[in-house]
Amino acid sequence: MSTPTITSAGADAPTATTPEQADVVARRRLDFDPAAAWTLHPQVALRPERFGALAYHFGTRRLSFLKSPRLLAVVEALADHPTAVDALEACGIAPAERPAMETALATLARTDMIARRSPA
Amino acid sequence: MSTVLPGPTAANAASTRTPIDAVLAASAATAAPAHRPVGRLVDEFQSGLDAPICLTWELTYACNLACVHCLSSSGRRDPRELSTAECKSVIDELQRMQVFYVNIGGGEPTVRKDFWELVDYATAHQVGVKFSTNGSRIDAAVAQKLAGSDYVDVQISLDGATAEVNDYVRGPGSFDTAMTAMGHLKDAGFSGFKLSVVCTRQNIGQLDEFKAIADHYGAQLRLTRLRPSGRGADTWDELHPLPGQQKELYDWLVAHGEDVLTGDSFFHLAAYGDALPGLNLCGAGRVVCLIDPIGDVYACPFAIHEEFLAGNVRSEGGFQTVWRESELFLELREPQSAGACNSCQFFDKCRGGCMAAKFFTGLPMDGPDPECVLGHGEELLKQRGDALLPKPSMDHSKTLSKRQRLEAAAKKRGIELPPEGASAETPPLDLRAIAAMPDKACDENPLAGFGSAEVVDRAASGGAGDRSALAGFTVRNAQEG
Repeated sequence: MSTPTITSAGADAPTATTPEQADVVARRRLDFDPAAAWTLHPQVALRPERFGALAYHFGTRRLSFLKSPRLLAVVEALADHPTAVDALEACGIAPAERPAMETALATLARTDMIARRSPA
Repeated sequence: MSTVLPGPTAANAASTRTPIDAVLAASAATAAPAHRPVGRLVDEFQSGLDAPICLTWELTYACNLACVHCLSSSGRRDPRELSTAECKSVIDELQRMQVFYVNIGGGEPTVRKDFWELVDYATAHQVGVKFSTNGSRIDAAVAQKLAGSDYVDVQISLDGATAEVNDYVRGPGSFDTAMTAMGHLKDAGFSGFKLSVVCTRQNIGQLDEFKAIADHYGAQLRLTRLRPSGRGADTWDELHPLPGQQKELYDWLVAHGEDVLTGDSFFHLAAYGDALPGLNLCGAGRVVCLIDPIGDVYACPFAIHEEFLAGNVRSEGGFQTVWRESELFLELREPQSAGACNSCQFFDKCRGGCMAAKFFTGLPMDGPDPECVLGHGEELLKQRGDALLPKPSMDHSKTLSKRQRLEAAAKKRGIELPPEGASAETPPLDLRAIAAMPDKACDENPLAGFGSAEVVDRAASGGAGDRSALAGFTVRNAQEG
C-alpha cells in the first residue's frame, strides 16, 4: 500500500526561467499526451467545491485538489471525448489557456488520478 | 458553546507565504480569471467546506491500555456508545457528503465486537479507513486481511523506541505488543503502514531509533505533538518537550522532510525558520472534526470539552446539520483575531499555535501557544499561577468501583467473593487478606504506581496524542512531483 499524499493540481503554466526549470516543465508534459484518450481513474472520486474539487484515489489513498471549476469540467469531460484536446475544446478552453490546463492534467496523470483508456 | 474562539488560525490574508502556500496558491490567480475569484486554498479551507475533507472518529472509549497522556481519557466503554446500526447510518451520511476517508481511533477501536464489520461497511460505501491501534489485536491472520485491502490503512502507536521509555507512558508490555503487531504486518507484506509516535521529553532523543524501527518494518514514521488534552492535561508538565528539545525536533523534521509524516501538528515550530511540510492550518471545525463514541461532534480530536462541542449525530439532521449549521463551527469559520500575537513577525507561520493546547493549559485563545518557540507561552504559564484549569468534559479512565477493586484483589489472591447483594448470612470477608490492594495510580502523579497490580492494566489508547484528522497525509508539491 502506498503512502497517502495530498497534491494539488492547478491550471497554471509554470514559467521556465532557467534551463533546469525548462527541463522539468518538458519532462512533466511527457507524462501526458493530449492527443490520447483519457478518463478519470475508476478508483477516483470527485467532490465539487467552490474552488474546484477534491479528488480522492481509493487505491493510493492520495488526495488532490483541483484548483479550478473549469479544470473539474475538463476532467469530467475526458471520458466523453476521443482525445483530451477534444475535451478541452468542448469545455471552451481557449488556446492560450491550454498549456496551463495540460500541465494540470499532466500532474493528475502522473499521480494516477486520470488514466489512459482505449479510444472509443 | 457560543463562546467566540479567536486567535489560533487567523487567516492573515496578507503577505508571507509558506512554501506550501505558494504551491497551493500557484494556480489561483491564473486558473479562472473570468469566474468568481477564489482565494488561496488555505483561505478557502479557513472559511470552511460543506463537508469535512476527512474526520476523526473515536469508535469507543473502551481500551485495554491506559496511556497516561490519552487525549480522550479512555478506559471504560460508555454505555451510550453508538450502536452498530447507528454507526452504519453515520457512514451512510459520510458517503452522501463525500467524506472520502475517516481516521478511526478510540480508546482501542478493535475491541469493539463490530469493528471489522464497520470497517468493511465503510470501505464498501466509499469511505476509506485508517485506524489507530496499540496493536494488541493485530495477529497474523488480521495482518493478512489488512494487507489484502487497498482501502484500509493501519497506524500502530509507539511512544518510545525502547520498552523502558514506551512503557513508562503506555504501560508495561505495550512496547512488545506494538513490535509484535508490526512484525505481523511486515510478514503479511503490508508495507507503508504508519508507526505513530507522540513526541515527549523522554523520547526526543530517540528520533533516529524510531526511524530505524519504521524502516525495519517497512512502515512510515509519523511524529505528532503531545497535547495537554484528556489525561494529557495531567501529565503534560512532565512529558512535554523542553525548549531545547523543540529545536532538536524541528531540525530533525527539517532534515527528514517529507519522509516523515507529522499530521501537520508542528506548525507552531515554524518560527524557528522555514515552515515544515503541510498545510500549516488548524482545520478544526473548518475542514476536520471529531465524532466521539457517543456521537458528540467536537471541533477537533484534541478538544473534548463542552466548549468545543458542536452537537450530536443523533440529533435531527444528523452529522450534516451539525457540520453545516452549528453555531460553534460557523464561528470558527469566521476570520479570527491574532490578539496578543498580532505584532509577532512569525504569526503568519505559526498562527498562534494550537487552540486546544492553549485552552487546556489555561492560556487565552488569542495569544501564544504554550510551547511558543519565542518563549511567550512559558511566560504566560508562569503568570497564570494556580488558576483553575479546564478539565475534559468526559473522563472514561478506569476508576474502579469499590466492588471491582475488591474483586480484582480477591481474584489475585485466589479468594472467592460472595455475590454482590448477598444476604447477611454470608460470612464476612477477611478484609486483611485483601487489604494490600493497589490504589488508583492516578491520584497524584499519574506516572506513579507502575508495577502495582492495577498498572498492569494501564497503557495506551490506540494513538493518544495523535489523531489530527489530517493525520498521515503529507502535502506534496505538485510542481515537483
